[in-house]
This record gives sequence, C-alpha cells and structure tokens, in this order.
Amino acid sequence: MKFDTPAGTNPIDQMKVVGKAHNRIDGALKTAGMAPYAYEHHDAVNNAAYGSIVGAGIAKGRIRAMDLSAARRAPGVVAIVTAENAGTLGKGMFNTVKLLGGPEVDHYHQAIALVVAETFEQARAAASLVKVDYAESEGRFDLKAEQSRAIVPENDGAGGRPDTDTGDFAAAFQASPVTLDATYTTPAQSHAAMEPHASMAAWQDGKLTVWTSNQMIDWTRTDLATTLGMQKEDIRLLSPFIGGGFGGKLFLRADAVLAALGAREARRPVKVAMPRPLVPNNTTHRPATIQRIRIGASRDGKITAFGHETLNGNQPGGSMEPAVVQSRFLYAGANRMTRNRLAVMDLPEGNAMRAPGEAPGLMALEVAMDEMAEKLGIDPVEFRILNDTQVDPEHPDRPFSLRQLARCLRDGAERFGWNRRNATPASVRDGRWLVGMGVAAAFRNNLNLPSGARVRLRGDGTLIVETDMTDIGTGSYTIIAQTAAEMLGLRLDQVTVRLGDSAYPVSAGSGGQFGANSATSGVYAACVKLREQVAQRLGFNASDTVFADGEVRAGNRVARLRDGAQEGEIVAEDRIEWGDLSRTYQQSTFGAHFVEVAVDSFTGETRVRRMLAVCAAGRILNPQTARSQVIGAMTMGVGGALMEELALDHRRGFFVNHDLAGYEVPVHADIPHQDVIFLDEADEKVSPMKAKGIGELGLCGVGAAVANAVYNATGVRIRDYPVTLDKYLDRLPAVS
Amino acid sequence: MKSFTYERATSAPDAASKAVSIPGAKFIAGGTNLLDLMKLEIEAPRHLIDVNGLGFDKIEDTADGGLRIGALVNNTALAADARVRRSYGVLSRALLAGASGQLRNKATTAGNLLQRTRCPYFYDTNQPCNKRQPGSGCAAIGGFSRQLAVIGSSEACIATHPSDMAVAMRVLDATVETVNAQGQARNIPIAEFHRLPEATPHIETTLAPGELITAVTLPAPAGGQHLYRKVRDRASYAFALISVAAVIQPDGTGRVAVGGVAHKPWRIDEADAQLPRGAKAVAERLFTGARPTPENGFKVPLAERALASVIHEARAS
Repeated sequence: MKFDTPAGTNPIDQMKVVGKAHNRIDGALKTAGMAPYAYEHHDAVNNAAYGSIVGAGIAKGRIRAMDLSAARRAPGVVAIVTAENAGTLGKGMFNTVKLLGGPEVDHYHQAIALVVAETFEQARAAASLVKVDYAESEGRFDLKAEQSRAIVPENDGAGGRPDTDTGDFAAAFQASPVTLDATYTTPAQSHAAMEPHASMAAWQDGKLTVWTSNQMIDWTRTDLATTLGMQKEDIRLLSPFIGGGFGGKLFLRADAVLAALGAREARRPVKVAMPRPLVPNNTTHRPATIQRIRIGASRDGKITAFGHETLNGNQPGGSMEPAVVQSRFLYAGANRMTRNRLAVMDLPEGNAMRAPGEAPGLMALEVAMDEMAEKLGIDPVEFRILNDTQVDPEHPDRPFSLRQLARCLRDGAERFGWNRRNATPASVRDGRWLVGMGVAAAFRNNLNLPSGARVRLRGDGTLIVETDMTDIGTGSYTIIAQTAAEMLGLRLDQVTVRLGDSAYPVSAGSGGQFGANSATSGVYAACVKLREQVAQRLGFNASDTVFADGEVRAGNRVARLRDGAQEGEIVAEDRIEWGDLSRTYQQSTFGAHFVEVAVDSFTGETRVRRMLAVCAAGRILNPQTARSQVIGAMTMGVGGALMEELALDHRRGFFVNHDLAGYEVPVHADIPHQDVIFLDEADEKVSPMKAKGIGELGLCGVGAAVANAVYNATGVRIRDYPVTLDKYLDRLPAVS
Repeated sequence: MKSFTYERATSAPDAASKAVSIPGAKFIAGGTNLLDLMKLEIEAPRHLIDVNGLGFDKIEDTADGGLRIGALVNNTALAADARVRRSYGVLSRALLAGASGQLRNKATTAGNLLQRTRCPYFYDTNQPCNKRQPGSGCAAIGGFSRQLAVIGSSEACIATHPSDMAVAMRVLDATVETVNAQGQARNIPIAEFHRLPEATPHIETTLAPGELITAVTLPAPAGGQHLYRKVRDRASYAFALISVAAVIQPDGTGRVAVGGVAHKPWRIDEADAQLPRGAKAVAERLFTGARPTPENGFKVPLAERALASVIHEARAS
C-alpha cells in the first residue's frame, strides 16, 4: 500500500480499540520474568559456551603483540578470537568503526579479542590474562582544540544540507534592534539502557542464528551478513524482547559479531554479554556539541534573523549530531541560516541517541529563546507564540501537516499556573529554597519508514500478526494488536503478535520515533488485504463490508469472521510505503514542557518539583503506553539537564565514568509528579493511522525547561550542560 | 572473577589466624563492595573467610552509657535502632543517606568502614592506580577529578573515602574493636583508623594483616543537635560530592566532620573550636593546606556552605 493521499475515513476512525488505554499485552510475561531477553534463551540451544570481550586499553595506536598463551591455558577456555584468526571481515553500512579492532586501535574499549570458555566466570578470568603490547599514538580528544580544523560534513546528520541560508541573515542580524549571540555546550551522553548489549549465536550447516538485543532487525541482519561475508538469507536474527535501546541498539555491535565468530571458532553456540563498564566506550554515544545561536528581533518581539551553528566531533567517516534541525522549522523569521561542522576525532563513535539532533539542539535553542524573551521583556510563552508559524519558514509555500504548538503552550501555561511565575529571577523563596519556573517548546520531526507485516486469520477466528518490528519497552506489541483488532473487529485478546524475527516481513523497526506510526500502518495495510480476502471468500462486496464484534457485515448479510477461514488459514501480507506527502507537508510533532524547580540556596542542589508536558503528535494509539513514553522521556530530560555527562579524560581519550555509579541518571527521588496531556488530534496527511511519533518528543526541550527554571530561581544563566552546582555555586546568595 | 576457595569462620581468632596464614585470603561479610570488585578483578582474593556466622550482630549498651555495635550489624538495623535514633541521630541520618535499601540490608558496620574508594581510575584496570597496583602511578591526577580529594592527598593518590557512616562515626568519636591472629583484642580510635594516602595509598587503614573488626563502640551520648548533610548531583543513590556530619550544642559549640574531601573522614579539633564563630571560620581551619584540582575546587566553598546550612538548621530547631 502506498500512502500518497490524505487518509480520509477508514476503519481505524472507529477507535473502539485503537486510542484506548490498554495494559501492555506482554506485561504479564515481563513481570513474571517469562519474556526472554537476548542472554536468556536458555532452551534455544544446548551446550552454549560463554564469550568475554577484551576491550582496547588505549584510545589510539597499534597492537604490537598479543600474548594469548596464559589465556589459552586458563581453565575452561575453548577458543579465542582476534583480528588475526577472524578472517577477513567486512564493515556494515551502519558501522563507522570496525567492531573487531586490531592491529589498529580506533578508540578506547574497541573490542580486540573474545575469549570463549565453558563458563562465564572462566571466560572472564581468562580474558584478563590476555596480554597486549600497545604502541600508543597521539589522538584527537578535545573538541574545542579541534574546532578550527572542523570540516563541512556531507549532510546535517538527518539527510539535510549542512549549510542553509534563507534571506540575508548577516544583514538582518546586524540591523535588529534586539539581539542575542550566545554559545551553548552539551556533553557526550550514554544511552544507559538497563539491558546491556548481548547476543547468542549458533551455527548449523553454514547458517547462522543470532538471538540479540536490537532495535532494527533488517539493518542488523544485513550488516552482520556484510561483516561476515555471508548472504543475509543465511542469517536469522531474533530480538523478541529488548531491555531498552534509546538508539544504542540501532546497529550491529561487537556482541553480535563476536558471538558469531566465537561460535564458529568454538564449533558450538556462544553467548556474549557486554559488561556494563565496556558499554559507554565500546558502543556509540550521543556526541558532545558546541552550539552558537544568534537571534535578532524587532522591539515588539518578531524574529527577523535566526542563526544556529553546531559543531561535534566523530570518528573518521562518522556523522553529525543534527542539532540544528529544529531551528529550521520551529520559529518564523525571514532571514535565517544554519551551519553544521564536524571535527574528526579519536573518541568512540558518536551516533543516534533518543531524539538525535533535537534533544541537544533544543537544550540550546530553547534557552536562547528564554534569554531573548527576557531581553525583549516579553513572557517566554508569548514570545514563542508570537513567532509561531504554520508554514516551513524556509519554504513558505509548504505548510505543516498539522501544527498546534501555540495551543500546547497556551493549554500548558493555564494548566501549570504559569501566571504565578515571577518574571524577575531569584525573587521567589520557600524557606532555604530558591524557586523558579521554566518553559520550553518541544519539537521533533516525524519520520515514516516503509514497514511490512503478515496477518493470519485462523479457523477459530483468532488472528496472528507477524512483523520484524521490535518492542524496546515502548508498547509495540500492544499497539500492533490494537490496530489489527480494530481492523478485523476483534477483541484484543483474540490477536497474537509476533515480533523481532527476521523470518517475518521487514518493518520500520524502532528508532527516530518512527516505529509506532510506521509499523502500525504496515499492519493496517496487511489487514486491508486480509479484509479483502475474507470478503471475497464470504462472497461479500469488499467496499461496503464492516468488520465488527467478530462478524463481517454487508448490507443485510452477516457472517462470522471465522467462517472466512473455515477452509484453512487466510494469510495476507503487505507493506506500507510513503508517497510525497512528507514533501508537500512538513510533518512534525509539537509540545510544551513546563517545569518548576527548587534550588538549595546553601548548596546549589537543584530538585525538580513539578513537570508538565503537553503533546500534539497526531492520534495517540494507546494513551497509557504513550504516557509511559513521555514520562520516561521527561525523566531522561531531567538527567540531561542536571547530571548526565560522559566525563572525558582529554589526555587518555576515553569516557572515565563508564558505569552506572559514575554516569548518573535520575532515580525515583529526583522525579516529582509528572503530568502529560495529549491534544486530541488526528493527522490524516501523515498515515492511515493518523498518528505520529511520540517516543522522542517527550525528551525534546525538557533540558532547556529545567535550565530556564534554574535561571528563574537563581538569576544564574548556565549555558554549559549539565547544570551542576559547581558551575553556579559562586553566584548564589552569600550564606555565612 | 578469579577462582577462589571459601570457608565459614568458626571464631574470630580462628578467622584472623587463617587470614594471616592462607595466602591471598580476605574476610567477607555483606560483600556489597568486595564482590563487585572481584567481578572487575580489582580485588582477586584466592580465599574468602566468611565471618557472617561469628555472632557480632548485636547492639549492646556499654557500662559507661555508650553503645557497642557488633561488626556484623547491618546498616539498616543500625540506622533503625531506637537508641541510635534517640542519642546518635547523626549516625542514623548518615547511614540512610548512603547506598540503597537493598544494599543497606546487606552491608555491615565493619564492612562499611572498609569499603574502598570510588575513584573511577581505581575501577578501570587499564589505568595506572597506586591503590590498585602499587607503584603504577595515578591516572586521576591531571584527569577527571571532580569527585576526588581536596585535602590530605598525595602525589601518589587523590582518592576519597566514600563512606557516609564513617563520617558520622568520626564525629561521634567511635572506637574500632579488633582481634588479631593471636586472639588479642585492641581498640583503635576512629581518628587513627583510616590512613592518609601518602606514598602507600593501597594501605588504607591501621589494621594489621589478619586483624578482624569485632565491634565499633560509641561513647556516652554527647547530646546536642545531630545533623548530616550530604550534597550530591542526584537526590539519592549517589556518593557525596561533600557531606557534613555535625553535633551542635545549644550554646553553638560542637564538632564537625566532612566526607567526600579526603582519603578519610575529615575532622580537625581546632576547626571544631571555631564552630561558635560560624561556618567560614570552621571551613578556613578545616581546609588549611587544601590542594584541590581545577575540577574539584568547588568542594571547599561547597563544604562551607553546607556547614552554614547545618548551623542554620541547628539554630532554627
């Protein structure tokens, strides 16, 4: 099915199942410990051995020699894989750096060996006996130092041009009576998923099966085939349950490659789980950015000039963090420019982490908007509404498909009690606490990817849905079941959903908040086909057939749905593809975040007191799982604002705090009551589901709302994330 | 994790003598720190002597009106003890500011005193660390040092002691009771229990090889306001940037110890004497000779401000 005209009325509009709050249908399995994660498919193979990864102990250089003799002699060791015996390995399309290093070392903790043993403990003990002689070389580890050597990348990291210019930014900025020119920095961040990367591999007759934890089955299957020099048809990848991804599991990583190589070398199945301290440097992270924002406005608050420049570092061949993307669409202004610059560095690979681009971009932009509003003497909510636009500011003939940003801001302000905010910073006290409120707009582009599904109607009237879509804790199982139930007139418990298996049709996968809308649209397409087949079997005219309550009705005729499958299961498969509507219309999601913080006037500790998100993201497929997505994202936003930072050792070129004791993410005590409101929307120009992504929108802008609240509380403006007390302690009121 | 042998100790002197005679032996009680370090091969004991069965799990009144806390009393039980809450509130507050409920259920009084630093370079076996591998150097000096020591550090080590409980024990003038391989008991004042790193940061306490902690005793209650203020980036389950343990009397005199700033709980008698003059005077004396790094210089004013908060709170209540 090609979606190339606005949806019109369709069976999803009944909203009998879709749009209703439902518990996750996989929830019982998860709470009972019966949902097997990558490392837990204990019954799938016999005689699995255990692999332990050796990570490079230097950031840049060459392995002169590796002494494996002690490791080979260690108890239980059955095989050791290094670049020397792994054979020629290809590099996947989505990989920037080789997943098995040696003799060259490209970054710290790059995998350089896998030690396979009878038990996990033996493998780990033997791995520590691998002796490596390194020739260390100079590396490029300091983004500021590399700034002058930064290059113009091929694109902005999101498929757009690296430089954009509309009107005459420089002249307009110079002529603006009110201007802001400020630089903001965001640190490297780690996905910190609960489940570390893990895989189990088994070979049989030249074919490979890998149980793994991965968001994108087909990308990863394809890249694994490329890496191993195989046909992808000879690889089966399974990832039915995933303990968090956040972009860290979009791609093939070392655990899967090394499990496959280890199993080949050991001639038996091998499991590899990445120890937590290896994850931040071995895998990808969100790279640090340096962003300069210039805004010029008339005295009445209309933006006349808008410039956003960003810089990040990456490995040779690595990509941009697309931090200026939102700045092309969020606010009006005739004269605009964006710039992307990329510094080639030797730190671990930077890549997608939840809301790549918008997350760090809005951390800067939405503080700049707060600063600008203050300069203009305009309320920050009103300033944003004043510069709202219903068209793409770079292409005024191109409207948004549906944009209710202003309503998000207005509804949120009313609900939050924004009118109680004192615009004068550092003027509200509650005992020893300095109290402030902050606001930020939320924006995240909507992406759609092609997505396929197969549906099987059984003789008992139940339905099975098969797609290689993944559920990374988001609720994919549930919304897919809701979609199929709505389309066929079934109850939710009559639908079985099977995900995360490369034996099923290729889906969008989970990432870029494209999963929910794309994958359910694929299921919609397959169900449309199934409805046609059922109608045909029953001798109904498909065009006026209604599927409801387990029945098929047309005119005066009524049949049971199951009767359609009486002569055997009916199978239908289709794939949603996307036409030009995303070019005709700018498709984005919108929201507003409101935050109240209290800052300890003695110690500077910031504690969040209240949070509200108002989201406009098309039809909400399941308000319960959608709310969970948003409150999780808001929590992540608090982490980004107040504590999350991969601390870099500039001399040794690695992230030092590489475990969850050192890399702090919020705990329950950090998170207050969170309110989430969804505007009642259906965006028919986006998909037959009329839905858009929600999983990343909830993060976008949160960091800035917190930073703006800290400013309102203290009068101290911090442009360097995370906003930790050491950065403003000396500017708090005297206490002694 | 390296393979190790394991036994349950039958008596304290037996445990102490085995710890001396069996190469690579270590005691284990709650294991909340040791097992993590073993998994990372930062610790690789060849033999574990489990002391959990030795019966040191009672909190008893002492003849002079104090408390004798068995070495195996877990942090949850100690924090909840009515006598501790009534007369040694700073200890209860410090315990509850540390770790998580699950960890406190397992972590013991003696083990808490003996927990090892959380310096990130100590945790990465690729990096030189004089504490982990004597003589290898210190990667933390000149590196990421935001969490690390500002005073009492050396050219060999800038690690801090991570305990909250120990800071309270220091301000309460606790005494560590031990027994050695010969069965001899001794009492070590808490002030003398933890060492500064100097040239041998791997030697963290004044315990002799094999010497086993049997109890920690507290003197008779000192009265006053008992306060513990822990400052950290997140609200729970994080090690202190700095912490302040204080006992403040109605006349403004009292005592104060600071955590998160040194290789041991940091207390200076002359600083205590400055308490009636306020936080600035105390902090000046506490941090005379401080040598912070560019990344952790904030700890000195932060400690002063936290102390001001504590004094403010004591006066208000």
